[in-house]
Amino acid sequence: MSDKPKVAFYWCSSCGGCEEAVVDLAEKILDVVAAVDIVFWPVALDFKKADVEAMADGSILAAFVNGAVRTTEQEEMALLLRRKAKVLVAFGSCAHLGGIPSLANLWDRRAIFETVYRTTPSTVNPDGVMPQVAVSHDGQWVTLPGFYNTVRALDQVTSVDYYIPGCAPTPNVIAGAVQILLSGELPPRGTVLTPDVALCEECPRLDTKPQDLSLERFRRPHEILIDEDTCLLAQGLLCMGPATRTGCGQLCIRGNMPCTGCFGPTSKVHDQGGKYLSAVASMLSATDEAAIGIALDSIPDPIGTFYRYGLAGSLLRRRTMTTVDA
Amino acid sequence: MPEPIETSQESAAGWEPRIVAFFCNWCTYLAADLAGTSRMKYAPNARVIRVMCSGRVDPQFVMEAFANGADGVLVGGCHFGDCHYQSGNHKALRRFRLLQRVLVGMGIEEERIRLEWISAAEADKLRDVMNDMVARVTALGPLHLEVPGEGPREGPREELPEVAELQEVTA
Repeated sequence: MSDKPKVAFYWCSSCGGCEEAVVDLAEKILDVVAAVDIVFWPVALDFKKADVEAMADGSILAAFVNGAVRTTEQEEMALLLRRKAKVLVAFGSCAHLGGIPSLANLWDRRAIFETVYRTTPSTVNPDGVMPQVAVSHDGQWVTLPGFYNTVRALDQVTSVDYYIPGCAPTPNVIAGAVQILLSGELPPRGTVLTPDVALCEECPRLDTKPQDLSLERFRRPHEILIDEDTCLLAQGLLCMGPATRTGCGQLCIRGNMPCTGCFGPTSKVHDQGGKYLSAVASMLSATDEAAIGIALDSIPDPIGTFYRYGLAGSLLRRRTMTTVDA
Repeated sequence: MPEPIETSQESAAGWEPRIVAFFCNWCTYLAADLAGTSRMKYAPNARVIRVMCSGRVDPQFVMEAFANGADGVLVGGCHFGDCHYQSGNHKALRRFRLLQRVLVGMGIEEERIRLEWISAAEADKLRDVMNDMVARVTALGPLHLEVPGEGPREGPREELPEVAELQEVTA
């Protein structure tokens, strides 16, 4: 093997979109491959866990881990790669803040198993078979990874050096981040490798954003004909731009759809959903209880909207299962 | 003077709820002041934080209070028409109602978070609200926020079923 810096990719609880995003680098991936040796990438290359275990600690320059951590296996792999890599990068929304999988933190293991293995209409499970971490068969033990109650972001499992946000990170963001890592001039630990300003600041529609918004209620994208040039908030759509970090190239806005917040908050915000909730309430014009109730009813799923990509990384992190009805 | 850090909510004398109260500078904080100078007695469970306006109470403040062990959060502001900044309390009400919906969805009971308009003259209302809130939160019991440990390095791992237990299940 050559002396080129070694990198590793791994996926935890994720959809595979982040792997796709790496491939989306298109011909730029040849530059990456020319500059580094990929020593581990289960989705594309045939290296095994044992190969990683055999490497010296710290011998990998950077490990890019995408996906949230839901199972004991993912936790084990995250810790292994942390040990073997000098730089551990949380790649994509799920590793960064928990992502969409962390919306499962509104339930717990029991409720999820109950729904998935018993109560969904398409489930046929007369014996009530449930996943087990260990089952004995003919005197042999068969094991499965354990399933935690709570989905965690990567930095809630081990220390993370850098974050590449996005669902999925765009090729520009990835290429920029890789360049920074290879340049040797590393930013402070914990940096999110995109500009630290809100999406609105770079929005092509910024000029049409009113100083003060005064909305009676919010609209969902299917309820209106969306104008292609006007600020989406001004049109009553729940655009997460004010509470979301930029760097994505405003792809959703350019596609005439509101931002859903996948790049997470800027460094000044602790809780993206809380901050956006605050902004949303300010935009409404209602002043009395009845009108406020009607206006808020136009946000049918506030948690799923404000915390779509970051429930695990939020201040409360999960639902407290006192009032749950599974 | 900074308050000493409390390590446990459950003392020998039994559990007492911890309430974080955000009071606006112009009305509710003055009501608390008046209650004090009038020597009114009320439940001592609230840690009062003075803010310039109830409209300044960022939802993040409330979430952070809960995440750090508060059992209830009380926000006090001026009555409608009395806001020093004209519409801060209207904004606070909208924010509060939306925050309440989110917190209920996160499993935090509605009664743990309360918004009251208390003017500078209403020391008796402040006393009653404090007592009532403490009674309600006491009835609910401690808020055991299920924030998991920070992984094996920093805290205990969540409990997984033991193999022995599972042998029973699968036997």
